[in-house]
Amino acid sequence: MKSEQQYIELYQEAASIIKAKSCPVMNAVRNEAFSTFQCLGFPSKKVERYKYTDVDAAFAPNYGISLSPLTVKPSSYIFNIKDAPIDVTPYYHRVADVTDAITALNTALVHETLLVYVPKNTVVEDPVVVDNYLRGTAATMMNRRVLIVMEQGAKATIVMNDKATDKQQYLTTQVVEVYCHDNATLDLYEIEETTPLCARFSNVYIREGRDCSVKHNVFTLFNGLTRNLCDVYLQGEHGEVTLNGCAIGSGSRHIDNNTLIHHQVPQCVSRECYKYVVDDKSVGAFAGKILVDKDAQKTSSHETNANLCASSDARMYTQPMLEIYADDVKCAHGSTVGVMDEAALFYMRQRGIPEDEARALLKNAFMGEVVDQVKNEALRQKLYVKVEKRFRGDFEKCEDCQLCKK
Amino acid sequence: MLQIKNLHAKVGDKEILKGINLTINDGEIHAVMGTNGAGKSTLSNVIVGNPNYEVTEGSILFNGQDLLQMSPEERAQAGVFLSFQAPVEIPGVSMTNFMRAAVNARRQALGKEPLKSTDFLKLMREKRKLVEIDQKLMNRSVNEGFSGGERKRNEIFQMAMLDPTFCILDETDSGLDVDALRIVADGFNKLRTAETSAIVITHYQRLLDYIRPDFVHVLIDGRIVKEGTADLARQIEETGFDWIKEELV
Repeated sequence: MKSEQQYIELYQEAASIIKAKSCPVMNAVRNEAFSTFQCLGFPSKKVERYKYTDVDAAFAPNYGISLSPLTVKPSSYIFNIKDAPIDVTPYYHRVADVTDAITALNTALVHETLLVYVPKNTVVEDPVVVDNYLRGTAATMMNRRVLIVMEQGAKATIVMNDKATDKQQYLTTQVVEVYCHDNATLDLYEIEETTPLCARFSNVYIREGRDCSVKHNVFTLFNGLTRNLCDVYLQGEHGEVTLNGCAIGSGSRHIDNNTLIHHQVPQCVSRECYKYVVDDKSVGAFAGKILVDKDAQKTSSHETNANLCASSDARMYTQPMLEIYADDVKCAHGSTVGVMDEAALFYMRQRGIPEDEARALLKNAFMGEVVDQVKNEALRQKLYVKVEKRFRGDFEKCEDCQLCKK
Repeated sequence: MLQIKNLHAKVGDKEILKGINLTINDGEIHAVMGTNGAGKSTLSNVIVGNPNYEVTEGSILFNGQDLLQMSPEERAQAGVFLSFQAPVEIPGVSMTNFMRAAVNARRQALGKEPLKSTDFLKLMREKRKLVEIDQKLMNRSVNEGFSGGERKRNEIFQMAMLDPTFCILDETDSGLDVDALRIVADGFNKLRTAETSAIVITHYQRLLDYIRPDFVHVLIDGRIVKEGTADLARQIEETGFDWIKEELV
């Protein structure tokens, strides 16, 4: 039996319960999404955008599905979609790529949606923080859905933390849909600190209108198996997008980032920088495509992926891509994979710095560039500390962890 | 302080050191001179434990300890310091953080508490003056954008910070102008105590005018072929190595 079968059966059994716990706007697209999933199944490695992650294997364990309710702290900008102050029909499952199997499965199984709504010309000073804690006593599947609607001229910083500490298997699917109306500004941070027992499939979709500025920063500090997709559609002139990624692998962790920046109109600017440090037997993968439509003249785009393989058993796959149909654009892309600078390492050791410490300093120096990009001062300082600590010790390297034993 | 006995070492398959014997007592300065490729830098790299060099025979004792059994960092923490011929850049690691890690590692090895931040910065300021190195360089990454002269001064600055008992100056004079050479040599002399010993590797008499050696050794083809006092260095400066090579035949 292929893994999808158990999810198909799960849906057939649980659909009525899920629907009862959910709301009309979500139920309206549920059956169709299920049909899509039933038709596609889990993508095999032959599917271009999934070639670096074995989806079927990740979904194979028998997870119980979590239908626990969202806890929404009272806030002016965060809502349960049931209590949405606006009509969300034009956004829900409209921003996302409905032909993606993981997105389809999430849409079929998810029962609640967190809505972040920032009204016209509203500037939210303090970061909006969304915490996801994975807890439980049995292997659990979480389906998480977030919708972010930024109205014209709205400005906000959103931080999404993904945390797990229990020695328990968790599987998370996440779909984040972001719709930025003209002139909106959004800084979106995703910080994962889970365990080697966790698998995460996250799909982020961002649509930008005119004069928007969006920064998406994804930090994979601790994880098990992570597959992050981020698709950006630049649909209004003078839009800007910056994608930053920091991926730190050790043990047998697996980190796969897959991005698409689609320039659909002229005069937009995109910047992308993902950095990886992979150690031990961990695996990193990066595939980033910049797609420039025929009419998207005067596009400016720059994509880099720089990687440090800190051990000879670590693996890094990198695939920067440019697909350009316009003739008046400025696009650059590049990637590097390097090893530890042995001369620098020896220089530090000759000064008495222990080898582990010297390695940590070099890795931290390598990753510094990504953390420098974090605009929010308090968050940046916090991330400097988190990244540095991460390189000093992999406290998740537990003896009884199944992934490390493999 | 340091006893090298019958030291053989190779890089890859090439044997470079072919039986070095050298004893350095507390407070002595030994100059090592020799032709290009004679093995001078190999000798210094072997003493500090560079993993690119393999010791095939012989022993090195440092204050009675078997140096060859120690990791590079243990040797450094025990007080062995190399002023590199070509100091490397370490982008992204600030001089301050680098120095703090190094100073505290040495202190820990000596059983001392890590330095408090204010005391550390005070120490930095004090030692910086010794080699007239600009504060601005301290905010940069290690050696990044440093001129050749600044790098050499930075080596002596690090020596000042770490207070080693045994130093190797590997062609510290190369690439330095007359004024910079004086500053670097003066810095070294101020740091010296009655217990500090050193190996000074150089091609020229110039440096030895500032740092007076007690003994001079001539290294040719992986062996020490002639030994003498400071006069030997002056003789080499005037007449080159050919007469020594001829003596060997």
